[in-house]
Amino acid sequence: MKTVFAKSRPGRTGVWPPAPKTEPAALLDPSLLRDSAPALPELSELDTVRHFTELSRLNFSVDGNFYPLGSCTMKYNPKFTEVAASHPGFTSLHPLVPQLRGAGHLTQGALEVLYETERFLCAITGMHAFTLQPLAGAHGELTGVMLMAAYHRDKGNTKTKIIVPDSAHGTNPASAAIAGYQVVSIPSHDGIIDPAELEKVLDDEVAGLMMTCPNTLGLFERNLPRIVELVHSVDGLLYYDGANLNAIMGKMRVGDAGFDVVHVNLHKTFATPHGGGGPGAGPVGVSQRLEPYLPISRVVKLDDGQYSLNYDYPKSIGYIAPFYGNFGVILKAYAYMLRLGREGIVRVSENAVLAANYLRARLRGHLEIPYDRTCMHEFVASAAELAASCGVRALDIAKALLDRGHYAPTIYFPLIVKECLMIEPTETESKETLDRFVDDLVDILRQARENPDALHAAPTRLPITRLDEVRAARAMELTDDAGLAAHDPICPESA
Amino acid sequence: MPYIAHTPEDQQAMLAAIGAASIEALFADIPASLRSPELDLPAGKSEDHVLRHLAQLAAKNSTDLISFLGAGFYDHAIPAAVDALAGRSEFVTAYTPYQAEASQGILQAIFEYQTAMARLMDMEVANASLYDGGTALYEAIMMAVRHTKRTRIVISECVNPIYRVMLKSYTTNLHLELVTIPQQEGVADLGALSAAINDATAAVIVQNPNFFGTVHDYTDLCATARKHGAVSILSVYPILQSVLRTPGAMGADVAVAEGQSLGLPLSFGGPYLGIMTCRKALVRQMPGRVVGRTVDANGKSGFVLTLQAREQHIRRDKATSNICSNQALCALRALIYVCLLGPEGLRRTAQISMERAHYASRRLEALPGVRIYNQGPFGNEFTVELPVRAYAIIDTLLAKNIVPGFPLGRYYPGLENHLLVACTEKTSRQDIGILAEYIGGAL
Repeated sequence: MKTVFAKSRPGRTGVWPPAPKTEPAALLDPSLLRDSAPALPELSELDTVRHFTELSRLNFSVDGNFYPLGSCTMKYNPKFTEVAASHPGFTSLHPLVPQLRGAGHLTQGALEVLYETERFLCAITGMHAFTLQPLAGAHGELTGVMLMAAYHRDKGNTKTKIIVPDSAHGTNPASAAIAGYQVVSIPSHDGIIDPAELEKVLDDEVAGLMMTCPNTLGLFERNLPRIVELVHSVDGLLYYDGANLNAIMGKMRVGDAGFDVVHVNLHKTFATPHGGGGPGAGPVGVSQRLEPYLPISRVVKLDDGQYSLNYDYPKSIGYIAPFYGNFGVILKAYAYMLRLGREGIVRVSENAVLAANYLRARLRGHLEIPYDRTCMHEFVASAAELAASCGVRALDIAKALLDRGHYAPTIYFPLIVKECLMIEPTETESKETLDRFVDDLVDILRQARENPDALHAAPTRLPITRLDEVRAARAMELTDDAGLAAHDPICPESA
Repeated sequence: MPYIAHTPEDQQAMLAAIGAASIEALFADIPASLRSPELDLPAGKSEDHVLRHLAQLAAKNSTDLISFLGAGFYDHAIPAAVDALAGRSEFVTAYTPYQAEASQGILQAIFEYQTAMARLMDMEVANASLYDGGTALYEAIMMAVRHTKRTRIVISECVNPIYRVMLKSYTTNLHLELVTIPQQEGVADLGALSAAINDATAAVIVQNPNFFGTVHDYTDLCATARKHGAVSILSVYPILQSVLRTPGAMGADVAVAEGQSLGLPLSFGGPYLGIMTCRKALVRQMPGRVVGRTVDANGKSGFVLTLQAREQHIRRDKATSNICSNQALCALRALIYVCLLGPEGLRRTAQISMERAHYASRRLEALPGVRIYNQGPFGNEFTVELPVRAYAIIDTLLAKNIVPGFPLGRYYPGLENHLLVACTEKTSRQDIGILAEYIGGAL
């Protein structure tokens, strides 16, 4: 499809703001002005509407397709939360208003949303307090590790290492490294963390351990109590990656289990749509001993029932976002939690876990399932045998699923399973959808043995066939026709 | 059961297929000692009930303010088509486009967004967006540190103080040396900035227009940075980039921005949009997602996430950043906004906003004891020095539902009498008249 730049015609525009009365040169010296207008698209409103409507039709989405994307929890997002979040009483609010002394009364509704969301998240996770500032799950991880660092710094600990099991999300080691820690990996045994492996690397240099539980193999860490005990024994902290929280809500509270820090992904567990890659939101909860380090500001409820922003936390790590988090996303999560209530939240986990185990049971015998035992909300399958016997890889299976109208499972992750397909159905998909997915997958596996080349060519029924990713990385065509005269000096090379 | 598909009959059939006696049996791996008590949450409510509750909360927020608050976050008009198009569920309910063939819509949109942002900034490449302008600035510094393998960061005090406090949080554990060059009369001290750059400097960071509203030409500063092998980073206000000398023309290596003004509502602080553009030489140090154009098996043009070898799911602790989610839907809004306005609409929006600010400055300057603080040209925002504490004026005007601006004393000790006043094309001359009248009355 033509790009919007190719559709541009000089002189068209969708919006005509009133003509200014003065030229920019009357306000600013010409040396401060740009030489020529930016080469942005010139389109009518209808051109624009057609272009983006057409683009939208080239997209799979949860509203149109099943997304069995492991560790990404892509479930249906109820529509009413969009209505709730589009209220002008929220959307038109400038974030600096409550920071003007004496203006807090102008944003009481928004502050109440923040306060109550924090309270709900505490109730679900069993943590002592939350910050809603982190703007995505990985941002929450970074915040969490920064909180751990602040705790140790405050205690005079000079710890340098964070342990990350090989079954953790890839963002965990990245977040720990970016926060200034050395990352120590430990191998799983039988799909879960082995306390003996942990003991091998545990010493006074360990600031903490980051755990995804259930892990990315879909398995609950059955040695959890022992692991918590071991890590705490060296004054290490326990971090819980809440990306997989959808599996355990109402069944286990991570605070009760001894975790010190947790991040939750509102765009996964709490049904706020992910917008093709964001925005998400990654609030972080902490145990009592880490509360003094939470980012500022914090919303507090005063004795008179009014809400206020408090900055008076001398040990705070400071700001990690400009304001109070992705407020529009938080609002949707708040509405979702209100709608479900205490019973509904438990049912989410129960039915998500039921659906995952059902898919696992139905696929057994068709596809290798390396850890074929009761799983949580997701499980992994492996196409390793198929790849060896007929050259059909996880990637081919994924692309063939697209042809049948399903988005593909997460593939080649976790890295510890060969030709991995990681499948997470969620609680919102019907049994009929799950059955159709199994039928289609079984048909693809049959085709793999009969006519593997057909699968290497998949997808063939979409507007585009298989894309050459290697060429994209080599050619590095990152803008339309680049269109820019190279500027004189190029970027300095590394010293 | 809301949003749960399985009927009791389905559940029984599914349990039978699994070979489990009950749903509860599926949770047997969680030790009994760790089982959750009943959640301390209210009972579930109907959709109607929740919507009414939220409407009541929204009504507790004041939306009829005449506001001159900016400080990096601006109230521009948003064409209705932005909401209509970006609100299409095929965009809203999609995930990160790992499977390119099923995600061409969002991938092409991001590619077009990258192109639009690169052209607006006059830079060579852009990424697929970051969380917000402040984290984009932090990520730009980390790019510079990786690229130069140096640790000294020179930053102007005229860079948005909200971002500077964020940088302080982020760099606490990182052994970076942050050198802040003080502002003078609302102007960045270019001489002091240049003098602070040495051969150990990783990056120099400035803002245009700066936090006080002053517009600068940083060409010489960027050249000085280059001479010392340091990376120059410009934080800019994207609407005004349609008229101001560009980061590219000034020779900047990286340009970042808060993209909120491009079609995103203020929404009490988020979601916003971190724009990042840079020279191609730095692209492998760029954090987050990048979309590239390629071809399919039939030679047809298409789009994919590319340069993924930099990313966390492959490189784990060696990744350029930990960013996984970006702000794709916000980037889409910015692209649609830019398409609807085009270069002419953007230029008019920038110019009218600037005209209004200059009109406001003249009206305020005419009041006794009031002076314009900026010792340099400004754009759509400026700083006034009042003969009284800024908070005294704010307190008085808030009672009339007027927010006269942002009190600089909050971040700049000694500037307690200073107020940062922003205008957009939505600010009417009448609003400005009311502002001048009430400030005059309050003095």
